Amino acid sequence: MEQDKKLYTLLVFSENFAGLLNQVTAVFTRRQVNIESLNVSASSTQGVHKYTITCWSTEEQIDKITKQIEKKIDVLKADYFTDDELFIQEVGLYKLSTQIVLEQPDISRHIRKHGGRIVEVNPTYTIVSKKGMTDEIVSLYETLQEYNCVLQYARSGRIAVTKSPVEYLDRYLEERRKVYEAQQEKA
Amino acid sequence: MTTERITGAEALMRSLINEGVTTLFGYPGGAIMPVFDALYDHPTELNHILVRHEQAAAHAAQGYARVSGQVGVTLVTSGPGATNTITGIADAMMDSTPIVVICGQVGTAMLGTDAFQECDLVGVTQPISKWAYQIRRAEDVAWAVSRAFYIARSGRPGPVVLDFTKNAQTSYVDYTPQKIEFIRSYVPAPATDEVSVRQAAKLIDASRRPLVLVGQGVELGDAQAELRAFIEKADMPAGCTLLGLSALPSDHPLNMGMLGMHGSLATNVKTQQCDVLIAVGMRFDDRITGRLETYARQAKIIHFDIDPSEINKNVRVDVAVTGNCKDTLAAVTALLNDNEHTEWKESFREHAEKEDRIVIQPEIHPSEGPVKMGEAVRKVTELTDNKAVLVTDVGQNQMMAARYFKFTEKRSIVTSGGMGTMGFGLPAAIGATFGAPERTVCLFLGDGGLQMSIQELGTIMEQRCPVKIILLNNNYLGNVRQWQAMFFNHRYSFTPMMNPDYNMIASAYAIPNETVTEREQLEDAIRRMITTEGPYLLQIAVIEEGEVLPMCCPGNDVDDMLLEIK
Repeated sequence: MEQDKKLYTLLVFSENFAGLLNQVTAVFTRRQVNIESLNVSASSTQGVHKYTITCWSTEEQIDKITKQIEKKIDVLKADYFTDDELFIQEVGLYKLSTQIVLEQPDISRHIRKHGGRIVEVNPTYTIVSKKGMTDEIVSLYETLQEYNCVLQYARSGRIAVTKSPVEYLDRYLEERRKVYEAQQEKA
Repeated sequence: MTTERITGAEALMRSLINEGVTTLFGYPGGAIMPVFDALYDHPTELNHILVRHEQAAAHAAQGYARVSGQVGVTLVTSGPGATNTITGIADAMMDSTPIVVICGQVGTAMLGTDAFQECDLVGVTQPISKWAYQIRRAEDVAWAVSRAFYIARSGRPGPVVLDFTKNAQTSYVDYTPQKIEFIRSYVPAPATDEVSVRQAAKLIDASRRPLVLVGQGVELGDAQAELRAFIEKADMPAGCTLLGLSALPSDHPLNMGMLGMHGSLATNVKTQQCDVLIAVGMRFDDRITGRLETYARQAKIIHFDIDPSEINKNVRVDVAVTGNCKDTLAAVTALLNDNEHTEWKESFREHAEKEDRIVIQPEIHPSEGPVKMGEAVRKVTELTDNKAVLVTDVGQNQMMAARYFKFTEKRSIVTSGGMGTMGFGLPAAIGATFGAPERTVCLFLGDGGLQMSIQELGTIMEQRCPVKIILLNNNYLGNVRQWQAMFFNHRYSFTPMMNPDYNMIASAYAIPNETVTEREQLEDAIRRMITTEGPYLLQIAVIEEGEVLPMCCPGNDVDDMLLEIK
């Protein structure tokens, strides 16, 4: 069972009602699945919120979770994806001790090698940011940790867009608009 | 449409009337007082039933909804009033019962301040309701109420919670009636895949040993006739879930009895022998399936359901026919060939006869000893011509009633299936008398369950609700005692119970009553109960250590049923 687990990304679109996040996460809690990362933002459709959630799960379980989330009244659409179906981005922020960074020139070399970007330097601390995938961001963190220079570290939740040429949400909304219009005509 | 300037509380009244509500079950309190004040002006349109505890208001709404098919309505105050309804909300969620629970809430300015009788009800009820919404402005009343009723009754029905802040009740609004019948994020019944309809028909046509499992979805979809046509055309034997018992008349030649833990031996044995298993509007609950790993492994499985999240939830299916079963059953039936499965049907008989000999006859026709539970149930159903509404509490009374009560009419069983809520019976029966006023309502309960909502005898007294209360008193929490006997070495930990004088209690509430201790008195006593107008409490002193059998013990294969305890 453990071996069958994969990292899945769930994309959920909902109406903008208070308390929706609670309802979405409660489905995970109930099935005792930990959320690895979570990002909530506006979507390309006005008034529609997009949740990007990652978790380790079997396909059977993520399928059930997805259906139970989609069942929530104010959820428009929920689908799960594997990494190969998505363009993915995360951001890491590293707050480093400027003193150590200056004492250890290797640190700057590592930052460049990892594609990190220094965004702020002052006598006390240096801020580095890095975009990428989870393991790249973690890898830079682990490297920096070896120099004992990290004062703070944060990694964002994943954001993702699908590679598919089909826009599922638009298609869903279009279908629903047609249903509504047909219903109006009947009445 | 006309617009009128009225308070939010009055807007609620208008909105309820607009939804066709005639009956509400409730209890007043501080944060809902403006609504009760508005209610005072609508004595003819809105019949408010004052219960004696808010939990009962929710269960009564459930009982009302289950027999009538209409949305049941509960009206209570904030804080404790609201939290007292939670068992009913969770119960309605599990059993797909359409109710709208309207609770008072403190004013919006006080939200989040731990104000007197404030409780985050939306937060509390979100996981156990179909929809929960806080009305913060009078302007939202018409929209929220219409949306609530649409959600509660459509698709797979369920409970909806409206948390009504006090300022929204008292402020004024230009009221315009609303009728919501579309929510873009909510698809009540999923589209039916034509391919699945053809696949289902093909599998059924090729089947030599089909078995149909009838769930409450058939009642909820009002598809009783479609189900009959479906099973009759292909000549398929059927078993019913607890909540699906009255979806198919008990005496229908293809009805082979109840499914599951205390179901009939034949349906459970045949579940493991059929070649195609056809589940209609049921959710493969563990009380139905027994051990999942071995459940119907030999069979192809077809699942008709309106809720896509039920497909493959517990049992992996070969064909899923999603949609309203009223439509999908008809669609599949149209493609089916006429068929006969005489030999397969005949093969049920040996198991039915075995169960009849070992379990049923000794239970309903005992020659000596105290009155048995099954015997009492069978007498009541016979003397009401199998036409009554059966309401049960939870436990042995429930299983015995389910096993031995007979049904000829649809929507005739009201019981707490998924939640197994003790104390459900009495208030649900009150609700049922309002939901089906022309029918006889028979309630079976035990001495444990009665005392969990015994205060509702007050409601029965005040309303003269014609509930025929049959108290099967064994001086035990009988079902738990049975499990203690079977699985805990007869260690009766807190299951024996000292009982009060129920006749005195019933008399104090002006409810006609009597107690039967001997078999010879039983029939006459039941006749008196039925012919007495209004409520009646018939206490039957039943065998103390009665056992509900047969039994598929938890975790066992579904066909591994215990017929007797030696």
